[in-house]
Amino acid sequence: MTPLRSSRSRRGYNFAYLDEHTKRMIRRSILKAVAVPGYQVPFASREMPLPFGWGTGGIQVTASVLGPDDVLKVIDQGADDTTNAVSIRAFFARTTNVRTTEKTSEATVIQTRHRIPETPLIEGQILIYQVPIPEPLRWLEPREAETRKMHALEEYGSMHVQLYEDIAKYGHISTSYDYPVIVNGRYLMRPSPIPKFDNPKMHRNPALQLFGAGREKRIYAVPPYTDVKSLDFEDYPFEIQRWEENCEICGADDTFLDEIVTDDQGGRMYVCSDSDYCAERTAAAGKIPSEAAE
Amino acid sequence: MYVAVKGGEKAIASAHKLLAEQRRGDTDVPELTIEQIKQQMSLAVDRVMTEGSVYDRDLAALAIKQASGDLVEAIFLLRAYRNTLPRLATANPIDTATMTVRRRISSTYKDLPGGQLLGPTYDYTHRLLDFDLEDGGAAIAPADTAPVDNQTEIPRVSDVLNAEGLIEQEIKPEGDPDGSDVTREPMTFPAGRDVRLQNLARGDEGFLLALGYSTQRGYGRNHPFAGEIRMGDVAVEIMPEELGFAVEIGEITLTECEMVNQFTGSETSPPQFTRGYGLAFGGSERKAMSMALVDRALRAADLGEEAEAPAQDEEFVLYHSDNVEAQGFVQHLKLPHYVDFQSELELVRKLRAAHPTAHPAAAE
Repeated sequence: MTPLRSSRSRRGYNFAYLDEHTKRMIRRSILKAVAVPGYQVPFASREMPLPFGWGTGGIQVTASVLGPDDVLKVIDQGADDTTNAVSIRAFFARTTNVRTTEKTSEATVIQTRHRIPETPLIEGQILIYQVPIPEPLRWLEPREAETRKMHALEEYGSMHVQLYEDIAKYGHISTSYDYPVIVNGRYLMRPSPIPKFDNPKMHRNPALQLFGAGREKRIYAVPPYTDVKSLDFEDYPFEIQRWEENCEICGADDTFLDEIVTDDQGGRMYVCSDSDYCAERTAAAGKIPSEAAE
Repeated sequence: MYVAVKGGEKAIASAHKLLAEQRRGDTDVPELTIEQIKQQMSLAVDRVMTEGSVYDRDLAALAIKQASGDLVEAIFLLRAYRNTLPRLATANPIDTATMTVRRRISSTYKDLPGGQLLGPTYDYTHRLLDFDLEDGGAAIAPADTAPVDNQTEIPRVSDVLNAEGLIEQEIKPEGDPDGSDVTREPMTFPAGRDVRLQNLARGDEGFLLALGYSTQRGYGRNHPFAGEIRMGDVAVEIMPEELGFAVEIGEITLTECEMVNQFTGSETSPPQFTRGYGLAFGGSERKAMSMALVDRALRAADLGEEAEAPAQDEEFVLYHSDNVEAQGFVQHLKLPHYVDFQSELELVRKLRAAHPTAHPAAAE
């Protein structure tokens, strides 16, 4: 057997996997995205060692902004210990050696899928969203050539019509996640599939919010303190989900709750989806999580 | 009692170990070598190189081994590696007329300059399992082959037709080759033919096969003939700026397919034959033919044909042809979606409660 060339060892990878030219290309796209809030900037997305649809957009954005002094937090469904969050965190730990954390307040860069942390973000932090489908008009118009025109002309009537049809049919808007927003009074934007519960957190957030869609090759951004308005009507204002229950571990009554099925008799309990927030609250109250749950 | 529903680092590490075990199989059986894969699974290597977009038999064979023979997974592995390679130079366009052919057939002419050369092909084999291969197989008798004259270029069938003006002219677009590259710039629509061809060359063989097949069954019919299929070795040259002349850096094996398709003509052009083009690494002939059919189908708009079938829809075809993208997004459904699902659960309960025919749940 002919041995493979020795330069092809794992050690041959650059800091954060991507080469510096690629990172620079991505940072240029990010700068453009920040300059035009909510506008989807096409970028030459790369194949990553993780599959498309598993956070490659977020990973490429993270890889491009991460420096050796950063502290990285990765969450999926609000939790640090979900398998894909573990895998992405391990990827960056392996390719960068940056410090990782589960604490929202300690992190300088947070990569997320499907949630915004409950702990309010602060200036200087970057929140990076993994985005499956960046185009908010996609379910209304499958063609990219068309939707780009609609954005250029600010032609968002069809989205309002869809929301109106919901109200006519059900009496309320039936979009519960990936709820469309208008950024900076101009671009219609898809907040990635976060629950609409999290939408208000995007509005005038002190942190920089970056969105990466790897397979669809788009980057967009919400700069700090930018207006983000969830679409609604004067007589049907936007509202978020509320639970009748509190978190069974920490007792929080103002967080997004995951429903845990506990038996096959219809038994269920509700716990915070944000595992760090829940643990912090539990620690502050002097309880041990496992005891609290019993 | 709250059961830990969230996975963790330990579970992932164990899964990787189980995968390694599964890949290796029974350790009493000798381990596959890269050389064996390269030599004896060469068509798998060809497919992985084609769709993995990198001509390297060693790496493709390694990817196949690592992926336990799952070719789409192997393509993904190779693509992710390819990304990290520096681009040292851009090769000159290859000239397939100078190909050292091992196979060359035309279905449009009985005989033609350069002749018909069947070469190594599964065509005309009877698909009967050869039980002699079960344990080793017998020695292979050498084939009787006529000497091929590779001193002269073998003209393409399309050039023969072109001499009579029966086929559309292939006019080089201005600035060609312009080096546009879908791996370096995201696609925009309408895409140029160069982008389309690059996308199709990297595209999933199964997807293109089905689309090509659909055009034959009437969804965007374009009356194809396999004008020519040739497989063989072509020199790759680069032109280092400081030298000012081209230097050959190696040879690659390619399969090229030129479809000749009917065209009834339009207001601006008389009836003539049109072309569809397919090119793939190695002996990926099915891929090259499928690509040629789909390339021709996608030219509908350029030729002023009605474009209503899926294979003629540029955005539909080009956005869904990449199996690395497609397999990732389909399989991401395995990732947790409990936050979205929770939101939907909430909504469905709310909608059901408001619905006049809703029955109370049995458990409640």
